[in-house]
Amino acid sequence: MRKTIHHPDQDIIIKEALGRIDSPARRRFLKGSLTLGGLSLLTGCDLSDSAGVEGALRRIDRFNDRVQAWLFDPKRLAPIYAESLITRPFPFNAFYGLNRVPQVDADSFRLEVTGLVADRHPWTLTELRALPQTDQVTRHICVEGWSAIGKWGGVPFHVFLKRIGADLNARYVGFKCADDYYTSIDMPTALHPQTQLTLTYDGETLPARYGFPMKIRIPTKLGYKNPKHVQAIFVTNSYPGGYWEDQGYNWFGGS
Amino acid sequence: MTTAVDTLHAPIHPLWLRITHWVNALAVVIMVMSGWRIYNAAPLFDFRFANDITLGGWLAGALQWHFAAMWLLAANGMLYLVLNIATGRLWRRFLPLSPGTLLADLKAALRGRLSHANPARYNAVQRAAYLFVMLDILLLVLSGLVLWKSVQFPLLRGLLGGYETARYIHFFAMAGLVGFVAVHLVMVAIVPRTLITIIRGR
Repeated sequence: MRKTIHHPDQDIIIKEALGRIDSPARRRFLKGSLTLGGLSLLTGCDLSDSAGVEGALRRIDRFNDRVQAWLFDPKRLAPIYAESLITRPFPFNAFYGLNRVPQVDADSFRLEVTGLVADRHPWTLTELRALPQTDQVTRHICVEGWSAIGKWGGVPFHVFLKRIGADLNARYVGFKCADDYYTSIDMPTALHPQTQLTLTYDGETLPARYGFPMKIRIPTKLGYKNPKHVQAIFVTNSYPGGYWEDQGYNWFGGS
Repeated sequence: MTTAVDTLHAPIHPLWLRITHWVNALAVVIMVMSGWRIYNAAPLFDFRFANDITLGGWLAGALQWHFAAMWLLAANGMLYLVLNIATGRLWRRFLPLSPGTLLADLKAALRGRLSHANPARYNAVQRAAYLFVMLDILLLVLSGLVLWKSVQFPLLRGLLGGYETARYIHFFAMAGLVGFVAVHLVMVAIVPRTLITIIRGR
């Protein structure tokens, strides 16, 4: 003989089911809610394509720029690491392969300085190397999520900005690069003590793969806000955008 | 007399709870699906999520979704916690919870003998599961803050073991949340009237 299994919820389930059968409106509602799941899947696909949603996402992205600027503490330093923790080899990363790294001629190189600055004379590498230099071992965090620790040396960027008589109340500092990359940062970050006009990597002249002849190293920002092969610096109040930023990556890009 | 009628007609889930539940469900779906796309850009493990089940189309799009839905998740989560604490519901419905009752109810649940006859009272397994998912989402928010702003929150970064450790915490907390959702949906399929209660309140 089969043993009768009495489900603990049996009585209440049957009572409810009977109630349901009596109520056609409810039955219709239940049938309708079954397809709700399918409907939400369909709209999920449509959502990401629609211009309205893209516009809303962009507006929230701008809002997030303002939140990050507000959260940014100009005195708070990114962690400094021991040299033994340096990632070796430090990863090469660009929007092109290693074989297409620009080869900039050291002797003919001139760093252009334009915009809201008092002294617009172009800088040679020798002149840049004559400025006060510091080294720092910091973590480079990529927007993709990975990170690596490296040692960069060069001129504190605030020293350089003051040397060229930049308008320190201007909103943006923009960068143009030999690989057609471009980006821009906010003035508070440009003046952060760890933001650096970088000329060396791990004690050696900055190699081509890491941005020869100079890069801007910003430990408080994500990798794509650290331009390599910088040829021109400009100070401005009109939003300059950036290579990745113009395609949808967050402009502030701070960490 | 009036009290008895009120109790009889009081919804099992008050309106604020139903609203925060569904807003949270939406935020979690967006956060998890866009998060999978972000994970794919630099996988921590030897696998990727199929792009078809991710949101955003590419990394920048996924990041936009993620950093938009985070406000929804955080604001709604705060509202839920504040109301849950202010109304005393948190203690009333999720406590007490002892390992003994949890074990007993878990055994009963696995043998199909745990009753859901009274939807106004959670059994120990439900209490544990809901408390787990509250803490798990809190951990997701905290580890997410370390990933988003690792320089600006040094104390939090230190507590979570640094930037790289926070990535793993964020991932495993996501896995815990997805695991909860899977069990949650199976339970809804087994006891379908809970779906009606979370929509209509009773």
